[in-house]
Amino acid sequence: MLRITGATLPDGTRADLAIEDGRFVEPADAPRRARTIDAAGLIALPGLVDLHTHLREPGFEQSETVLTGTQAAAAGGYTAVFAMANTQPVQDTAGVVEQVQALGLRAGYATVRPIGAVTVGLKGERLAEIGAMAASRAQVRVFSDDGMCVSDPLLMRRALEYVTTFGGVVAQHAQDPRLTAGAQMNEGEVSARLGLAGWPAVAEESIIARDVLLAEHVGARLHVCHVSTAGAVEVIRWAKARGIRVTAEATPHHLLLTEAEAAGYDARFKVNPPLRRSEDVEALRAGLADGTIDIVATDHAPHPAEAKECAWAEAANGMVGLESALSVVHAAMVDGGLLDWGGVARVMSRTPARIGGLRGYGAAFEPGAPAHLALYDPAASREFGLGDLRGRSANSPYLGRTLPGRIVHVFHRGVPTVADGALRPADEVAAARRLEEVPA
Amino acid sequence: MKHLLSTEDLPREEALRILDTAEDMADVSGREVKKLPTLRGRTVVNLFLEDSTRTRISFEVAAKRLSADVINFSAKGSSVSKGESLKDTAQTLEAMGADGVVIRHGASGAPQTLAASGWITAGIVNAGDGTHEHPTQALLDAFTIRRRLHGAASRGRGLDGVGVTIVGDVLHSRVARSNVWLLTALGARVRLVGPATLLPVGAASWPVEIGYDLDAAVAEAPDVLMMLRVQSERMRDAFFPGEREYSREWGLTDERLSKLPPTTMVMHPGPMNRGLEISAAAADSPASTVLEQVANGVSVRMAVLYHLLAADPRGE
Repeated sequence: MLRITGATLPDGTRADLAIEDGRFVEPADAPRRARTIDAAGLIALPGLVDLHTHLREPGFEQSETVLTGTQAAAAGGYTAVFAMANTQPVQDTAGVVEQVQALGLRAGYATVRPIGAVTVGLKGERLAEIGAMAASRAQVRVFSDDGMCVSDPLLMRRALEYVTTFGGVVAQHAQDPRLTAGAQMNEGEVSARLGLAGWPAVAEESIIARDVLLAEHVGARLHVCHVSTAGAVEVIRWAKARGIRVTAEATPHHLLLTEAEAAGYDARFKVNPPLRRSEDVEALRAGLADGTIDIVATDHAPHPAEAKECAWAEAANGMVGLESALSVVHAAMVDGGLLDWGGVARVMSRTPARIGGLRGYGAAFEPGAPAHLALYDPAASREFGLGDLRGRSANSPYLGRTLPGRIVHVFHRGVPTVADGALRPADEVAAARRLEEVPA
Repeated sequence: MKHLLSTEDLPREEALRILDTAEDMADVSGREVKKLPTLRGRTVVNLFLEDSTRTRISFEVAAKRLSADVINFSAKGSSVSKGESLKDTAQTLEAMGADGVVIRHGASGAPQTLAASGWITAGIVNAGDGTHEHPTQALLDAFTIRRRLHGAASRGRGLDGVGVTIVGDVLHSRVARSNVWLLTALGARVRLVGPATLLPVGAASWPVEIGYDLDAAVAEAPDVLMMLRVQSERMRDAFFPGEREYSREWGLTDERLSKLPPTTMVMHPGPMNRGLEISAAAADSPASTVLEQVANGVSVRMAVLYHLLAADPRGE
């Protein structure tokens, strides 16, 4: 039994919380001698849910493993992550997704829900065994070739229809491959100056426009990964107004950083889709505030040092983001008054869980609900440094930048994964993990 | 000056200082003994990770005329072709005590990455990076224009009011980018002409005029017409339909040459595709500065190495 006193809930009210056997219980029922955390001044957020994480295992363990990736997640206040399918072997069979899920269960830091590939080997040629992955122990509900776009319109149409059969959703990485061959950064003034091949906004927007129309035609759900342009926000706003069942995510880095960061050719800022103009950042923020963009997802993409310590064109795309996501959303959205903490709980926990078919996040803090919780100190501020990174890779664009807030405590199904700002040791977390936790 | 990475961040005064030093270096090249002791005991590495015999030789001659020890390190047959990273190569050169590194690299920004990395303390000269910049080419172009216009009275002068039209594949041209920044900083009016496919999206914010019509540009009798090399493989990526159409629309043909006043300089950074972007007659005409550019390249590169590696005489 654990009591948490004086926490500020996302709606601004103050309340005591209590946790027993992995669930929230009525605080009034807690015995007086229960261990107590004084949460005065801390915001209680439901455990964060990331719909877009690259855990890299199996295949790229030099960048990240399920253990280190979920440690990074816990350090960032997350209690569930959806693991993208671009592993080696690819998560395109029941065997691989079950392996990834089992690794997550063993580590215990966060619920790991594998994402299944849409096509075999992410090659965009024929459908992967979507039904088998859906029926596996991993109960896959989100399917994505992320990193690659399902660019063939017929294959995309079929995927949207077929996934519907299993109550799932296709998460599209919207990038026309022909319009972005060799692309290095956003196409515009900065790319012209730097002599880097351009990644035009239209290559994202044209795929999203096509996909929402396909989703409408076949009556399927569509999720759009990492929306990055003002035009894409407009297309999604139009599709939603039309009643099309589309959801969309924005990454923290696209909410804070612009293409201007590329000027020094520092490959930590190389990411796909690329950082865009400040007008795009403004449009994404407005879209997230008005609900056009449903959620924030990190696209946490670990890479070893040598993949970034090189010329820009030779560097890998991607940034780590789990550890910094909440602080970046705090800086980009909350500080500017665009989103309150209730909105943060919605876009970083409740809605991503709903899109991904993850139970236990619908009624945060209610007695009986699984105790997924992050206690956050919004008054703190720190220079983000290597010590804040808990995954295996250090390719963060925020190193040396001052970010607001600090994660103080995190509970994954009642198990403390972060306590007093420090990650709990792996053996303790693994010992305390709840074996009964199998995603519903 | 610690490095020469681009002309975009090269102030006018600094550029003029290099050009004036290059005048002194040109005087040396005219002597019987074409050698100065300035960089004796210094080591300059030509790190050419993309093939370019012309530029490498030009830098090599420049360094040798300043008495530097020159090491040529090229991609082919080196450890780089065996997968060694830029970082490892740079640290190796550092360990060997290189004072200056002249780098040619296929990736835009590689010289800047090297200069900012901390892997190496040597002065870095960008000898062409991807489709970004080629600053010594722009400096030698400016030097050539200035000499043609002012001869022995060139020292101290900018290019104020000089009309320069750059024609062709600006999108993929590091020469064009470096010239846009340098020539405009020196006061020239620069116009870019080419098919819209080969003019970068975003170039509208550059301090230049942009047009598509070479005949209109020729009719305005620019002081300088700079033809860029066009690579015929661009046809395959649908930048233009074919050599014949390119040559007809944007080539300096004999007919266009005849419409230019005799005072117009015809420039080309080389190597030329005769018959494609420039006719043989134009390349060999008295208007052509092509060979002067090559000769001036050595003087300008001597000046750059001097400013980077020799103690500044004014103690700056």
